[in-house]
Amino acid sequence: MNQSAQLLKKKKKTILENWIKNQLTEESLREDLISNDELRRQSEELLDKLTSALEKGNTEDIYNSDFEQVTDILSDISVTRARQGFSPREVTLYVLSLKQAVTDVMEKELRDKPEVLYKEILQFNKLIDSLSIHTFETYLRGREEVILRQTDEINEISTPVIRVWDGILALPIIGTLDSSRTQIVMENLLQEIVNTGSNIAILDISGVPAVDSLVAQHLIKTVSATRLMGAECIISGIRAEIAQTIVHLGIDLSNIKTKASLSSALQLAFSMLALEVKKKNANSFSGKVIR
Amino acid sequence: MDRIPILKMGPFLLVTIQVDLYDRLALNLENDLIAMVSKTGARGVLIDISAVNIVDSFMGRILGNIASMSRIMDAETVVVGMQPAVAITLVELGLTLQGVHTALNVEKGMDLLYDRTDLLTTQEDEDNGEAPDDYNE
Repeated sequence: MNQSAQLLKKKKKTILENWIKNQLTEESLREDLISNDELRRQSEELLDKLTSALEKGNTEDIYNSDFEQVTDILSDISVTRARQGFSPREVTLYVLSLKQAVTDVMEKELRDKPEVLYKEILQFNKLIDSLSIHTFETYLRGREEVILRQTDEINEISTPVIRVWDGILALPIIGTLDSSRTQIVMENLLQEIVNTGSNIAILDISGVPAVDSLVAQHLIKTVSATRLMGAECIISGIRAEIAQTIVHLGIDLSNIKTKASLSSALQLAFSMLALEVKKKNANSFSGKVIR
Repeated sequence: MDRIPILKMGPFLLVTIQVDLYDRLALNLENDLIAMVSKTGARGVLIDISAVNIVDSFMGRILGNIASMSRIMDAETVVVGMQPAVAITLVELGLTLQGVHTALNVEKGMDLLYDRTDLLTTQEDEDNGEAPDDYNE
């Protein structure tokens, strides 16, 4: 070895220029996401490390320790780009455009030795391909991390337990109920019942887009668990289409208290606690508004 | 052998489970409790499981059994102070303890029992009658 390493070293400047040019002429260039200087710095660093890796004579296995620095940089770049919002195409093209730049130079340099040229290009192609696969893998991993983080955030945000009255809790559920969310909702609700010593919990499902048999089963589970704790559970916010699906699916909610709106559920809760809420004096209230 | 104490409180029986129940202990409790109900003619049974962290299907069944047996003998059963984790476990096991009354704590459980057994009114009348006497003294 190694023709490519020598070539890369000798022609580093030309290759870098070509590569940058390739990237800049590429339609998918995202000037809004990354500056030209930054791009040049990244590319130069990567090329340097790639050259020194190739000098060690290894052109096959990119998971070898020789390539550690190269793969590290690539992972770094693809993870940052994943977070910045680059598309998969843009990220892969970043590595693949290096192939074009290098083969152009090789072609020029090794024109009179077609056999060597063929071999070198083949070898280099293989290398860049594995590097781009690695890039894509880390890019995907970066994206998955973003998704996982967001899922966690949604789970945290979307299960608030509200204390609407002394002894009455309300839990508005927004979004689809799956088993993992039901688990979180149930745990939060039961813990809050213990903490506040509440007698009644209102489960508001106006924010649940659809109720199928699985979701209904989750709801029934939650209601049963609250009942076991010694509290009553009212389900509110049942829209017309949800009532229709529930009946069509043959789900039996007859032993669960259901109400159409949160306000009627609250009213029921008041009457269960033998509370009464009434207007103090019609005149005094309107007087306040006018003043 | 370990036994769980059963306390008589007026017309009710109070059982506080302070240890994790193993099968033999639960069976003993079932026997003792039913024997006690028949002996004292209790109108209600209150089981406090706030210190129980682990339940299994057997334990759930025992609770259900106690409730059904008591009902035949005209006594209501209230289970109080169930931990959230225990409630979730029972629901996941498919044991919703139908027929067992539940309450958050012993106080609310007692209220519920008075309510259920219609003893509240007489009790309150007695309280009202006695209260002025106490003040006079």
